[in-house]
Amino acid sequence: MTSTDTRPVAPDSSPIVHETAVVRSWKTSVVLAVFTVLGAVLLIGFGREGTSGFRLASDGDFFALPDMAVSTMGAAVVIVLVLAALTGVSVMMTLRYTKTPLWLISLFAFLLLFGFLTWAAAGATIPVPGLLVGALGLSVPLIFGALGGVLSERVGVVNVAIEGQLLAGAFTSAVVASITQQPFLGLVAAMVAGVLVSFVLAAFAIKYLVDQVIVGVVLNVLVTGLTSFLFSQVLSANPGLLNSPPRFDRIDIPVLSQIPIIGPALFKQTIIVYFVYVAVFVVWYCLFRTKWGLRLRSVGEHPQAADTVGINVARTRFWNVSLAGAIAGFGGAYFTLGSVGAFNKEMTAGAGFIALAAVIFGRWDPIRATLAALLFGFASNLQNVLSIIGSPVPSEFMLMLPYVVTIFAVAGLVGQSRAPAASGKPYIKA
Amino acid sequence: MSDKPEQLPVVTAEAKLADAGTAPTPDEPKSTRILREITTGSAAISVLAVVLALVIGGILIAVTDARVQATAGYFFSRPTDLLQAIGDSVGGAYSALFQGAIYNFRRPGFADGIKPLTETLTFATPLIAAGLGVALAFRVGLFNIGGRGQMLVAAAASGWVAFSFDLPFFIHMIVALIAGLVAGAVWGGVVGLLKARTGAHEVIVTIMLNYVAFYLISFLLRTPGALQAPGSNNPKTPGMKDTAVFPDLLGSGYNLHAGFIFAIAATVFVWYLLNRSSLGFKFRAVGENPNAARVAGINVNRIWITAMAMSGALIGLAGVSQVLGTVTTGFSSGIDAGIGFDAITVALLGRSRPVGVFIAGVLFGAFKAGGFSMQAAQGVPVDIVLVVQSLIVLFIAAPPLVRAVFRLPTPGVRKAPRAKKAVA
Repeated sequence: MTSTDTRPVAPDSSPIVHETAVVRSWKTSVVLAVFTVLGAVLLIGFGREGTSGFRLASDGDFFALPDMAVSTMGAAVVIVLVLAALTGVSVMMTLRYTKTPLWLISLFAFLLLFGFLTWAAAGATIPVPGLLVGALGLSVPLIFGALGGVLSERVGVVNVAIEGQLLAGAFTSAVVASITQQPFLGLVAAMVAGVLVSFVLAAFAIKYLVDQVIVGVVLNVLVTGLTSFLFSQVLSANPGLLNSPPRFDRIDIPVLSQIPIIGPALFKQTIIVYFVYVAVFVVWYCLFRTKWGLRLRSVGEHPQAADTVGINVARTRFWNVSLAGAIAGFGGAYFTLGSVGAFNKEMTAGAGFIALAAVIFGRWDPIRATLAALLFGFASNLQNVLSIIGSPVPSEFMLMLPYVVTIFAVAGLVGQSRAPAASGKPYIKA
Repeated sequence: MSDKPEQLPVVTAEAKLADAGTAPTPDEPKSTRILREITTGSAAISVLAVVLALVIGGILIAVTDARVQATAGYFFSRPTDLLQAIGDSVGGAYSALFQGAIYNFRRPGFADGIKPLTETLTFATPLIAAGLGVALAFRVGLFNIGGRGQMLVAAAASGWVAFSFDLPFFIHMIVALIAGLVAGAVWGGVVGLLKARTGAHEVIVTIMLNYVAFYLISFLLRTPGALQAPGSNNPKTPGMKDTAVFPDLLGSGYNLHAGFIFAIAATVFVWYLLNRSSLGFKFRAVGENPNAARVAGINVNRIWITAMAMSGALIGLAGVSQVLGTVTTGFSSGIDAGIGFDAITVALLGRSRPVGVFIAGVLFGAFKAGGFSMQAAQGVPVDIVLVVQSLIVLFIAAPPLVRAVFRLPTPGVRKAPRAKKAVA
């Protein structure tokens, strides 16, 4: 423009009309309908005879719940009918331009899961408390890894190196705890190891502007090679001194652990699991309720704007990526100090990538990512339990589930997932 | 990840600066210019990165060696012992690596002595093919980490054709080869399709598809009537029929098979595709800037799908060469042998140029071949090769780091007489 209009603009006196766009999305209803049909085909079409049992009681409960036994076919019919009714409600709501509420979707998912369990457990009994205890155990490293991933990506650095951070944490904690016989020192060492991996990631991504995904992938290879080399060369020569860390004991929280069904899973665990509760809350609170979190997110969304208001982008990224590494490394310690009790080659076995999937499935939100990690942990423990009681579903398909779900999530079929805007992009200060 | 398609710049901003910086300036003497180009060019960086990685690998070997640790205890009374021990451990390991990869001096005669080199080329075959696949995707701005999955489905499809059909010699081989390439192309093409249609980030989708393929193949391998060998309980296929197996190139005494010819052909094909064909031009245009390419009338979505399918097919060739060439007695779910991930490092080391990938593939093939003999001869775990490989890639990705370590001048910044400070 060459000339500027200098006439005063008269304020518009007409009343402001708020235009509300009426959005009607059929996506939820369609998805529910598809799952209802699938459920009907599986539960009734391939229906199984017999009764399905659920053992609800465990030792030391306040009161012992009786085992639950339902007729497999009868339960299947009832569940499919309820699923169809819920789908109908969703269709009605969509017709009236209202969104299907979350509670309805959750109820639907729960019933579908219950139906599947009933179907799978025909003629057998599923130990529900045991299922939940194992599921939480398998989720712990995933949750820590996912929290690390959320922090790192929220500040604008794609963290594909979660696997490497977990593995480094597992290795270091095993060695340090084994030498000192102090599991807590092992935890600290695991965090340091995670930070070291993060330092490399941050240095290459922020200082040398190398593509972050490349650094992450290469770091995973580096840590795998390094830990495997040291394991074969040093640890296996002297496993007594270097690779027999003391494990954390399970701690009963007096009253809470006696709650039926969920008590043992939530409150009869090692201290690392209790740290999960703290970590998830702290990360969520700090990310969304503190100045630090606001700065962190602004750097991840729009580094230029953050820079303009005086935030040091490179420094913020560097230290928060390091913090993310500490959290992920802490999770790695669970492999050696919490569950297995010794380090082994490539013992994380892709947990870092499942954590990455949880980050995306959880839409870069700590709470949702935790729920996603719990879901993935539940799926893989369900596979364990079903293979013990003799499941009709091949275990490979249960193991595949988290990955397939993530592909659907990324492809936008399960809600929109949007990454932090500047995630993966180096910031070059002009 | 984001709903807007985005591009992953494979060449870092720094590397681009370096490329721009090497343009000759007229007022510079020719001799210094050549020297500067040699010391700051990307080839020099690659060589120095390999040297640096080998040095760090040597330090690791020395530090973890038992005799080195023992002699370090009395370093100040007899320092030569420590140096001797270091020399023995590192020199022994690297000489075993060399003799396992290039030429074995302990064997009589040239025919036996050169055998390690043919082993290197055998190991290099799938690395070159898969590296080309990853490099092709890189040039289109796509990051294909799905090598493992694409290799597995390709190996399964090709292997299934090879052991369950009865076809005449050569035709059988070609049919099995094509089956593998198509399977790889489909597994890769799905990623391109998802990215084009929904904006799903290819990194995530390929990682996830790796696991899906792994569990799918594991399931098929233990299901009688699918891939499992009849009458067996092991998750393993029957052996490939002789009519489908790649013929040996140098006779039965060597493992080198016709897959290497296919790898060379693939290198020439990718070179022609990228540098001489109009499709390759579109590929590179989309890789440089998808928005500009779209404005120029290129159908970016179709290019993404095509490129991922071709990338998957090339990686599929690696899977095919594994089952029809290297391991012909039947395969299990570990047939990919980590090549899908190694291919990424090969493509990065080769800077996504077909010839560069070929050379990088041979180098990493040498590391693999030598690594196993190093483990056998010197007891140094083969995992050190992983460390060295990943360090090479890290260093190559960050030229300023290598330049800082070797105190090389930064390209484009000559130590010319400094221009006088501009008057403020």
